[in-house]
Amino acid sequence: METAYFAIFIGGIFVNNFVLSQSLGICPFLGVSKKTETALGMGLAVIFVMALSSLFTYIVYTWILTPLNIQYIQTIAFILIIASFVQLVEMVLKKFSPSLYGALGVYLPLITTNCAVLGVTLLNVQESYNILEAFLNGLFSGVGFTLAILLLAGIRERLVKSDIPESFKGFPITLIAAAVLSMAFTAFSGMLGG
Amino acid sequence: MKKSQIIKNGLIYENPVFRLVLGTCPTLATTTGALTGLSMGLAATFVLICSNVLISLLRKVIPDRVRIPAYIVIIATFVTLVEMIMKKYMYDLYESLGLFLPLIVVNCIILARAEAFASKNPVLDSTIDGVAMGLGFTLSLTIMGAIREILGVGEFFGLSIPFIANPMTVFILPAGGFLTFGILIASMNAIMKYIDKSKKQREDNAQLKESIQALNDAESTQAGQKDTLPPAEDKISDIKEEK
Repeated sequence: METAYFAIFIGGIFVNNFVLSQSLGICPFLGVSKKTETALGMGLAVIFVMALSSLFTYIVYTWILTPLNIQYIQTIAFILIIASFVQLVEMVLKKFSPSLYGALGVYLPLITTNCAVLGVTLLNVQESYNILEAFLNGLFSGVGFTLAILLLAGIRERLVKSDIPESFKGFPITLIAAAVLSMAFTAFSGMLGG
Repeated sequence: MKKSQIIKNGLIYENPVFRLVLGTCPTLATTTGALTGLSMGLAATFVLICSNVLISLLRKVIPDRVRIPAYIVIIATFVTLVEMIMKKYMYDLYESLGLFLPLIVVNCIILARAEAFASKNPVLDSTIDGVAMGLGFTLSLTIMGAIREILGVGEFFGLSIPFIANPMTVFILPAGGFLTFGILIASMNAIMKYIDKSKKQREDNAQLKESIQALNDAESTQAGQKDTLPPAEDKISDIKEEK
């Protein structure tokens, strides 16, 4: 049993890294990776939302959708759960932890349309994880996302100073940096039960 | 806005993938082959057109404050519909698109068009915008899918290309996706810059031509004045002779 959890841990962060191996959550990955501080803020917000919405969607799927036999509306149900959950988190943070809210504030509403969050909840259903596995999968996938966005932000901070051909400025050079990063991550692909 | 302008914007000038860089997740994940790229594009186009029409129809009914959740529910409904249809009639495709079919819900292009266009424009314009943006998305995905398939597998729409003996597998991995995407955006930037430049040059040329024309006109009027002079001289000489 422990090996299953270990597999989720390694898988979420390295082998099946959401951004670099599964091409999920690319929009914030490209959009919010100009500076390491903002990248870290975004990453933390994503970890938080991914872990808890994995938990919530599991509960709703298992105890509401399945007994009623309406699993086919899972997409609609999950996106609504995520959207309202993000709203809730925003309100709670604003009330009880203004400093954390200040740090994450701007990124929270953006998370609703982050496909990594909806992706992880749908994957939990697909892999038929139990409640703890679903929670851990959300948590470690979020950590993987944070790792990827931090690495890219570090590279981009250096890229600013270098001389880049006119047409490659902005998105193209960032994508090429991400390509190299992704190539490095393919080295992990044989780690899990190959 | 002119209808032809909407179409041109969707396909080229505001191409959602290469110019606006929206909807990047499906662009990278489903373009491992031309066929999957094409089908992903068409599925998204269908959702985009339907949601644009409905949102445009409801644009005066939906209260401003809850518009985003309302849009998301509308989009999610159409996505679920596409999912069910594909599961029933195109099971292979449904399997190959996998997770990215339900993820059309969070495709930024659809929400962006709902917010930026359909919520402000009449139904017909919104429909055209949906078609144009959708086709721009489909076209980009198919081109990218074809490039990655040719380089990575040595095939084109599943047909093998004889002279590629050793395809580069990296192009169908996520890394190849990032690389192809980066280079395509860069080439699009370069092309756009060239178009802008030649347009400017043409305008400059036109201006130059106009000024030359104006100069010529001025000269010719001057010349015309000269032409009228001789008769005057004649008159003077006539007068002299009379004297």
